[in-house]
Amino acid sequence: MASLAFSSTSASPVALRGRPNKLAIGVAQSGACHVSARGSDRKARLFITRAVAVEKKVSRFEDVAMAPPDPILGVSEAFRACTNESKLNLGVGAYRTEDLQPYVLNVVKKAEKLMLEKGENKEYLPIEGLAAFNKATAELLLGADNHSIQSQRVATVQGLSGTGSLRLAAAFINRYCPNSKVLISSPTWGNHKNIFNDAGVPWSEYRYYDPKTVGLDFEGMIADIKAAPSGSFILLHGCAHNPTGIDPTPEQWTKIADVLEEKGHTPFFDVAYQGFASGSLDEDAFSVRLFVERGFEVFVAQSYSKNLGLYSERIGAINVICSSSGVANRVKSQLKRLARPMYSNPPVHGARIVANVVGDPNLFSEWKAEMEEMAGRIKNVRKRLYDNLSQKDKSGKDWSFILRQIGMFSYTGLNTSQSENMTNKWHVYMTKDGRISLAGLSLAKCDYLADAIIDSYHNVN
Amino acid sequence: MQAQTRLNLSLLHQDQALFSPHLFLVTLVITPTRTILFNYSLSQKRTLYLKNLAFSSKLQFSARENIERKRRRTRGTKMAFRAMISSRATQQSKWVPSAGVARQMSSWFGHVEPAAKDPILGVTEAFLADPSPDKVNVGVGAYRDDNGKPVVLECVREAERRIAGNLNMEYLPMGGSSHMIEESLKLAYGEDSDFIKDKRIAAVQALSGTGACRLFADFQKRFLPDSQIYIPVPTWANHHNIWRDARVPQNTFRYYHAETKGLDFSSLMEDIKNAPNGSFFLLHACAHNPTGVDPSEEQWREISHLFKSKNHFPLFDMAYQGFASGDPERDAKAIRIFLDDGHLIGCAQSFAKNMGLYGQRAGCLSILCDNEMEAVAVKSQLQQLGRPMYSNPPVHGALIVSTILGDPELKKLWLQEVKGMADRIIGMRTTLRENLEKLGSPLSWEHITNQIGMFCYSGMSPEQVDRLTNEYHIYMTRNGRISMAGVTTGNVGYLANAIHEVTK
Repeated sequence: MASLAFSSTSASPVALRGRPNKLAIGVAQSGACHVSARGSDRKARLFITRAVAVEKKVSRFEDVAMAPPDPILGVSEAFRACTNESKLNLGVGAYRTEDLQPYVLNVVKKAEKLMLEKGENKEYLPIEGLAAFNKATAELLLGADNHSIQSQRVATVQGLSGTGSLRLAAAFINRYCPNSKVLISSPTWGNHKNIFNDAGVPWSEYRYYDPKTVGLDFEGMIADIKAAPSGSFILLHGCAHNPTGIDPTPEQWTKIADVLEEKGHTPFFDVAYQGFASGSLDEDAFSVRLFVERGFEVFVAQSYSKNLGLYSERIGAINVICSSSGVANRVKSQLKRLARPMYSNPPVHGARIVANVVGDPNLFSEWKAEMEEMAGRIKNVRKRLYDNLSQKDKSGKDWSFILRQIGMFSYTGLNTSQSENMTNKWHVYMTKDGRISLAGLSLAKCDYLADAIIDSYHNVN
Repeated sequence: MQAQTRLNLSLLHQDQALFSPHLFLVTLVITPTRTILFNYSLSQKRTLYLKNLAFSSKLQFSARENIERKRRRTRGTKMAFRAMISSRATQQSKWVPSAGVARQMSSWFGHVEPAAKDPILGVTEAFLADPSPDKVNVGVGAYRDDNGKPVVLECVREAERRIAGNLNMEYLPMGGSSHMIEESLKLAYGEDSDFIKDKRIAAVQALSGTGACRLFADFQKRFLPDSQIYIPVPTWANHHNIWRDARVPQNTFRYYHAETKGLDFSSLMEDIKNAPNGSFFLLHACAHNPTGVDPSEEQWREISHLFKSKNHFPLFDMAYQGFASGDPERDAKAIRIFLDDGHLIGCAQSFAKNMGLYGQRAGCLSILCDNEMEAVAVKSQLQQLGRPMYSNPPVHGALIVSTILGDPELKKLWLQEVKGMADRIIGMRTTLRENLEKLGSPLSWEHITNQIGMFCYSGMSPEQVDRLTNEYHIYMTRNGRISMAGVTTGNVGYLANAIHEVTK
């Protein structure tokens, strides 16, 4: 590998002045410097044999390649760079009002005002986060009277929104269940794979989306989960599946639970949209509560980015519902041990906002009302889009899947080139898998979008 | 939770025969050590042990069968463990599912041991639990005013007033707030730094100092997988956790001289020289944690010179800029020396202490590159590492930092307040030393005023520290580190007396 290694006594790497591009200088495995000499070989070697102290060092990160743009967050960046008037950002799942403006919830503004007045200090939180927040979040998820909470079987640790909470759980699985793998849906949120890869947890996929029906491939899902080795972790979206918007029905959830029980799998829920999907916090928690009732040990990652609009505050939690309080205590202590070398303790601001909103009955009711409004707007937009598509599209294609899907996203069924056409021709920014974020769509723009979708679907391959 | 943990441990100790050697490792881990050199976690050690044991029998079975056997085996162990626990009538509540539902009698996570208390943050927990009115917390490094109360700086309050209610909460870009990054770099590299102008610095907003170090460690692992990190002895305990969890091998270099309670400069230089060329070194830019012992300017120059000839990479952990001497420019001297000498450095900055933003997790990781193109590539990779950890960093702290540093008035106020904090600490150092000398202590206490920053390495032994805690309700880490920020005119006399009593 080292083409020309010279002894480490003349230890300085040499940058050839005036010719930085012709010589690649890097640090080889042994720690000695090697030079891959091109062009004027002899001259280069003569120069290098001199032990010269450099004024300007050559970086050892020379060979670091440019990372590809993130498929989701990269869309927003591209949107911002676009100058066309009719541009539409249906990329990242951040809620917009009918005027396509970002929305800070009223309850959040009130909570922040309260916090400003209280003037609390900014001391470090404990590693597991704000106690008031942890209590509130577990109760929100499971219901305050849930047996698992009453018997202290829930280990809750505040995390950096959904991503951070998933990462803590993944790191835990890597350390304590090193022979287990995770099954994720096909498709799923793009960052799931990154999280498990970086945590060193092997994963495979189970069938989920059926392009023919633009619905759930239930048989395929059950078969793949059954085929997985016993004791696998099955990553399930609690509600409002991202990116498809397709959720199992209650009956299907029951059957899924049956299979997990049969195979001794552990359910691992990603709950990023509680309250946001149907408008009701309890209804959206149905799937998680079902599994807990049935006696499973469950991992649940929560996020308040969407339902409280706290995107950039990075507030969420990882909950592990265990079979005994002793286990829960120990699991919690190990989650903390994983968090400490990642960020020491979580950020306080978002946690306080949530605790204030949930802790005050008035603010809590107000929040529920605002959530219903947000979910309501999305349902209206779905309806309008469906109406426009059905009217405009003369081919007789059934677009009703848009109505059946739920939550912020809709899987349009467009393929990569069709999605690219949406962007290139119509300036509609979306991810290449055909996912559109309805939260970024207004009633006024449904017409335009319908045209774009019909054109891309029928005229592009 | 604490009681529960202790109870479980005592059970383990009693029944060692049932579970054999790995329990000894549990007791090892419980003792807080100031330098933790294991590269393996407890569970990894346990796994290795069990693997060795099972290996010979494992060979006769197929992979699938082995998985089944293992599951049955660990279940059996868990059941026995469970029986042992319940037979001692603990307070664990056991959930019995009603008829017709899934039986989850034994947990998948029954084998998870309780983690040891974090040596630093565990001190505050113990302090909070103590009912004594005389208790003193000189454990965690969080600044306190002369009344022992946490402080929110005026400039921070003003910044919060300005940012309240007028901004949305959209996701920051993956690299964080560009405004905050810009201001952080100016602070570290200099207002008029050419490196900033030439866009040669790859920088991302990070989750305070911890997050910045972790990002760098992960970056090091991914792009220089054969590299190691050299960490001073002693250092902040979490440094070891960070590079261990990032799976980067660690080495140490000598730093603290126990006899003089100062810098062991000759050993330091020797270790730097003996390290293979091109090694990565973690350096504390100012106010070394936990010793408070910094190299002098002249010594920094010599270190820089030696680094050059060895082609080492310096990563500066700067958690106390402004907090050490009261002057941020002065506290960045070491970094500026290295930059002038042509080093390409890394820098992990934290605003936890110098802006009092502890819980906001505001920090910055920067890496000085060869040119703009490289900086863009490196930054993109740092973002790539952050994405599966937390997607994008929290906004609130970043807004506070950029509001303060970006406004000349607020920045001036901040500089005054940070000087105020540093001055109070320097004053307390003087007072503590004077008190100890007045008490007639036979030992030398000049290191208290020689050291700088938030911490004082007292030189006390763990046993002496335990006495301080048990007899005097004074809480500090067992390595004898005193957080001077927790010392007030109200408690300095009591503290001096207690220290004198346990050391005479």
